[in-house]
Amino acid sequence: MPYVPHSSEDIRAMLDVIGKKEIGDLFSHLPENVRLGRPLDLADGLTEEEVRRYFRKVASANHGQGELVSFLGGGVYDSIIPAAVDAISSRSEFLTAYTPYQPEVSQGTLQVIYEWQSFICRLTGMEVANASMYDAATALSEALSVALASNRKKAIVLPATVNPRYRRVVKTMMAGEGVTVIDVPAGPAGTIDPAVLAGAITDEVGAVVIPNPNYLGLVEPVDELARVVKDAGAIVVAAVNPVALSLLKTPAEFGAELAVGEAQPFGVNPSWGGPLLGFLACTDQHKRRIPGRIVGRTRDNRGQMGYVLTLQTREQHIRREKATSNICSNQGLNALRATVYLAMLGAGGLQALGEANLTRITALRRRVRDIAGVSLPFPGPVFNETVIRLDKPAAAFCAFARSRGVLAGIPLDGYAGCGPNDLLVAVTEKRTAAEIETLGRLLEEFLSGEPGATEVSA
Amino acid sequence: MSQEKNSQEKSSQGRLATGRWNASLHDSLFNKGAAGRRGLTFPKWDGDPAAADLDGVLPADTRRAAPADFPALSEPEVMRHFTGLSNLNHHIERGMYPLGSCTMKYNPRVNEQVAGLPGLADLHPDQGPDDIQGLLEALKLLERSLCEITGFAACSLIPAAGAHGEYLGMLVIRALHVANGEPDRDEILIPDSAHGTNPASVVIAGMKPRTIGSRPNGRIDLDVLRAAVSDKTAGIMITNPNTLGLFENDIREISDIIHAAGGRLYMDGANLNAVMGKTRPGDMGFDVVHMNLHKTFSTPHGGGGPGAGPICVTEELAAFLPGPLIVDHGDGTYGLEQLPGWDGAAIHTHFGNVGVCLRALAYILRNGGNGLTRVSECAVLNARYLLARLKDILPVDNAGECMHEFVASGKKWKTEFGVRTLDIAKRMLDYGIHAPTIYFPLIVEEALMVEPTETESRESLDLFVEILHAIRREAAEDPDILKGAPYSTPVGRMDEAQAARQPDLSWLGPCNC
Repeated sequence: MPYVPHSSEDIRAMLDVIGKKEIGDLFSHLPENVRLGRPLDLADGLTEEEVRRYFRKVASANHGQGELVSFLGGGVYDSIIPAAVDAISSRSEFLTAYTPYQPEVSQGTLQVIYEWQSFICRLTGMEVANASMYDAATALSEALSVALASNRKKAIVLPATVNPRYRRVVKTMMAGEGVTVIDVPAGPAGTIDPAVLAGAITDEVGAVVIPNPNYLGLVEPVDELARVVKDAGAIVVAAVNPVALSLLKTPAEFGAELAVGEAQPFGVNPSWGGPLLGFLACTDQHKRRIPGRIVGRTRDNRGQMGYVLTLQTREQHIRREKATSNICSNQGLNALRATVYLAMLGAGGLQALGEANLTRITALRRRVRDIAGVSLPFPGPVFNETVIRLDKPAAAFCAFARSRGVLAGIPLDGYAGCGPNDLLVAVTEKRTAAEIETLGRLLEEFLSGEPGATEVSA
Repeated sequence: MSQEKNSQEKSSQGRLATGRWNASLHDSLFNKGAAGRRGLTFPKWDGDPAAADLDGVLPADTRRAAPADFPALSEPEVMRHFTGLSNLNHHIERGMYPLGSCTMKYNPRVNEQVAGLPGLADLHPDQGPDDIQGLLEALKLLERSLCEITGFAACSLIPAAGAHGEYLGMLVIRALHVANGEPDRDEILIPDSAHGTNPASVVIAGMKPRTIGSRPNGRIDLDVLRAAVSDKTAGIMITNPNTLGLFENDIREISDIIHAAGGRLYMDGANLNAVMGKTRPGDMGFDVVHMNLHKTFSTPHGGGGPGAGPICVTEELAAFLPGPLIVDHGDGTYGLEQLPGWDGAAIHTHFGNVGVCLRALAYILRNGGNGLTRVSECAVLNARYLLARLKDILPVDNAGECMHEFVASGKKWKTEFGVRTLDIAKRMLDYGIHAPTIYFPLIVEEALMVEPTETESRESLDLFVEILHAIRREAAEDPDILKGAPYSTPVGRMDEAQAARQPDLSWLGPCNC
């Protein structure tokens, strides 16, 4: 058996100590009426090489972003991952440790989480961050619950420009908690209209989600929106792209009390959408209400500074049915990956990362805007993602581009006022000028209806 | 003489003494490096030069006032920092990690290797079925394997953790009652020995938890149960084997009582490692089970996650699983489908922790059916062996019939030597092993919950026994040794009250604590 050390001699000797004859006797007290009574109907075990061979076959039947040229985004991005990230995160010391319940032998994990919290605080401008969440969608749901717990209201505003996948998760979780969810449509500029938002905030509303950039890639008028929310006595919950915080106004600067987002672009493989890395940050006044693990600094009995899990009275193993969240884990290993990534990035790299994204989306918009049959419906500023409008169905263009080895983007039909011809296209620092040129040529070829031979430079 | 030196002398007993950790504390990352250093650079832009002129591209009122205050380090400094931190951790490849209820078994390296393959790790969640046929085939195989192991008809791999699986299980049970025209059936019974997440998951799913007292061995009292059910009963959540490591022998009767009352049974599968190939939740009369892939199926705990908590359900409940569902077309191709009931609802941004699911599949394939059965046999063998060798010094109620873990009580040490379970646990750290789970479940005084797992060898278990005997001798001779422990670890006991009183949660400079 691959991972069980016992020899038959070990088993015999151990059974002697226990006073049993056969290993099966250890289960003889199980009631007859629940015993399986037959072997599990699963294939025989494989050797390690056979397992590898199976997965190589499985992987080769897929077509990943490493093989294709990807302009897919929508919250998960094809980003550059430095080798240092894999090297550190595959260390057994981090990989195989558990939640740091015994701080004396877990200072490594604890300090990493504290440094992750510190990075997230510096990015968002918030005073407190937790040890991470499953993903942005669940982080957003939890943040809204925190806001409503603090002002005891029972409704939220969830604008149509928030990532639709986050909206689905929030609506599901809010339904369980009996919270009313109010929609606000996207305005003509592809962003939330402050006047429309003002009209939607009833007395019952305790929190309003402001995405930035929003799902269409657009920078929202965050100052005006936040003013409207605060004037109505509600709490701003920001859902932000952390990469964009390299350049964009922080949630703290525009007055959010809670900020969440998806930190996958910081060194986490997309893996068809999981595991991801949600973050949750807040202003000081909410620190005793937020869910999840939190690490703090303190001293030991030798006078040394060290780290511990703290504020645990918030957690469900103490509060049980009074708990407002059931979160009792974090995405520790992915938070480690992001912390290593951000350390590698550093002050200079963060600025360069933002500028690399902005340069590439600017180049892409400049390249496609004059193509016959393409328009840019929203003129507002973007960071690394943009809507392009075709005069043919976006899904058809995606199929065409895919046949040439390019993942062109996400069709937006029916979403946030967008139609069947609207396509969401993302770039990252990884996209080259040649790849952006390829996308331009594929658009020209598809829209002109004259199939050519655009070469894909993967 | 310093306390530390004093104890070092007293504890040096041959191979048991571990000596000091060869690691020192590390300064904060935010206190390292120097302006101008950098570990990560990006390819130079060689396209449209006008695009690189970013002046005014982002209006001033959209920009942050000042760059985020990040440290500036080179790659060698980054590697040394995190490698240094890693040396401060206990981990499975360092020594025994007998945390009860956590199943800290060996995490096979091949799992990591295959989940990281190009074609798996680099798939974007918006890639459609044509690009992910291999992935869908593998995930379908995992679903089928988990259904066979648990005795159920359908599986959802989406929950990202055990607690997330509990939440989905509750949503599914709730959806059934609503579909049956019984929306007022919203009460979930939970034994007082349950994990704390159980009642919390019930609440966030929009139902009401109702705690029922269990017998002293954590098992459910059938008379209490009969008195508790009503036409409000939506279901019950049971951990089996329970948190004391004992099998719920009356499970079929419990199932009959709940089903007769119109409820459904949810099994918290945290302890599935004890029973694979022996008995299955489906055969016990459950309707839903969640599994912790990071426990039973060997995926790494990663310092707190990511794990995965898939659920398996009966045919009746399969209609209420969230999409996208993986469909086997029967011709070697696979697709994705949404069920109408979940229109507009979801519990995760995408499909849950796919990368973790792949690791679990690698483990199942490597073991096969017989291997998984052997896993459970040896998990129980190890726990029973440890119990047999320890029961004279650490008493356990119902000692004879524990499964993969047992809960001992430090009560006798408290009365005899004046030391608490916490002191025993801290002293274990000096001997190079991790402490068991302590003070859980709440129904056992001074609890020590020990789960050795099947990947510990006989010598490793014998060492654990020796260590406990050595600690007991110390407790008898000089209980202060335990009360001051640990000594050899990078830090000593932390002032947790101070940490909670004046929270210092992000680096702003030297600690004022």
